[in-house]
Amino acid sequence: MAETEVRIEPLSAPGRRSRTLDPSVAARLRGDLGFRVLMLALSLIATVPLVLILVYIVVKGASSINWQFLTELPKPMGEAGGGISNAIVGTVILVAIATVISVPLGVIAGIFLSERSKSRLGTVARLSVETLMGIPSIVLGIVAYTWIVRPSGHFSALSGGVSLAMIMLPVITLSTEETLLLIPLSLREAALALGVSYRRTVMRVILPAGMSGIITGVLLAVARGAGETAPLLFTAFGNPFLAVNILKPMESLPHTIFYYATSPYPAWQALAWGASFVLLVIILTLNVVTKLVTSRWKIQF
Amino acid sequence: MKSERSSDTAFRTLLVLGGIAVSVLLIAIFVSLTVAARPAIIANGFRFLTGSEWDPVTSSFHSLAFVVGTLITSLIALVVATILSLALAILMGEYFRTGAFSAIMRTAVELLAGIPSVVYGFIGLFFFVPAVRVLETVLGLPPFGVGMLTTSLLLAFMILPYSASIGREIISLVPSDLKEAALSLGATQSETIWKITLPYATSGIMGGVLLSLGRALGETMAVTMVIGNANVLTFDIFAPGNTMASVIANEFSEATTNVYLSSLIEIGLLLFVVSTLINIAGKIVVNRMAAR
Repeated sequence: MAETEVRIEPLSAPGRRSRTLDPSVAARLRGDLGFRVLMLALSLIATVPLVLILVYIVVKGASSINWQFLTELPKPMGEAGGGISNAIVGTVILVAIATVISVPLGVIAGIFLSERSKSRLGTVARLSVETLMGIPSIVLGIVAYTWIVRPSGHFSALSGGVSLAMIMLPVITLSTEETLLLIPLSLREAALALGVSYRRTVMRVILPAGMSGIITGVLLAVARGAGETAPLLFTAFGNPFLAVNILKPMESLPHTIFYYATSPYPAWQALAWGASFVLLVIILTLNVVTKLVTSRWKIQF
Repeated sequence: MKSERSSDTAFRTLLVLGGIAVSVLLIAIFVSLTVAARPAIIANGFRFLTGSEWDPVTSSFHSLAFVVGTLITSLIALVVATILSLALAILMGEYFRTGAFSAIMRTAVELLAGIPSVVYGFIGLFFFVPAVRVLETVLGLPPFGVGMLTTSLLLAFMILPYSASIGREIISLVPSDLKEAALSLGATQSETIWKITLPYATSGIMGGVLLSLGRALGETMAVTMVIGNANVLTFDIFAPGNTMASVIANEFSEATTNVYLSSLIEIGLLLFVVSTLINIAGKIVVNRMAAR
């Protein structure tokens, strides 16, 4: 913090000169410095919690990570040890289901939006996707519940995957559209002028050129889906055992964190710190990979 | 040649189907919610919106307590988040546009945006709840720790990265010749920010605030963990309460009767309508600013 305070000085430095200045100007310069310091202080207040969170989770969570923690099932209350393998496997399966559903539809809708953005259907579709983006995740959980859980009569991983897919879909669609709109018209014209069909122009020229942006969108969507809890409460529900059947209830990392964090037992809360650490590592890794993809494969023409 | 043309037609059809699918999805979401909430809409009537009592035992389901809880927590969070995120936006958009410090701040904001809600809730339980409990003890209030103030503060930090990045974008849209004109007339940098940049950006910033409000309204897990879950109408910010999202999260899988479950879905429908309207309003304001 001290370092950043020092950085300000050479930028404004009214202190030394103010003695020779008109008093009103000196006051204005002091006000300028005060405002700058205030903005810096407020910004630090805004970002300090991040530091708290990361340090605390690394310290608390990393200490409970070991092979046993990653590979074993939770033990009943009172027994020491136990792991979160069911939650790790569950999160992977749930996100996989959601990805399989949302990526094809999301990318196709994104291509449609970039190709026909001015058409009437394009306007309606964009408004729909943007609205979908703003719907609270718990509401999408209710929708998946009425579509799958209620008719089938029991909670299932499939319904959880569907609710996550609805959360991921708009992220993928909007980033696909944004990327494809950046691709210069000359590429498309060159392909079409060579007699290449429309389908091949889109699939072999435009889509590969925008691949990095599309992958970025998918990774961001996966990171978002992996961290969602609310819609899973009454769709995938939770399961203390290792489950791979997608028609049965399934545990997930965020649900494990919620369940153990709100329990009154310190041993369970330690499990929650460990699970938070694992979840954060997954999500932050996805974010870093996203950044690498964007910077390495940036569209340049 | 003919097969090329027919595959082209098929491809175009596929794209149009994708566009239709996302539009139909939104309609399907609205219709399913309405259909599932129908028994409650019939049973509760219009008093659902004006009554404050929520008691599954007597089957009286009214939403006012949750609507008020949502409004109080979101509005306090919004005020705190707007002040802090404006400071961040000014810092990133005016004072430190480039350089290591700006890169660190920007990365920090991106990281904050990526942290899952349930982890925020856990942090809230461990840091915010004890802090508010100390405050309540000092003020001589019952030391709940959990409650609407705790929720508001936590929410503020959760929506902050979102409004800060919108704010930075909006501020970068302010034409630099306006700012240069002010500076060349002898205005200090803070005067330029106050009198040129912010007035020009006000409508865009308001749009960003509306979009953050949409986020705050629907935030569920962190709220559920620190609000205390009391189904009573209260305006006391130190008291435990409940929001629309948190009551659904708490009671949905325990709802025993059909009307109970349906009433929770009706709250979900209300949440859907309100957050959609606020989001559309925010989008319109931000787009108008960007088009200028």
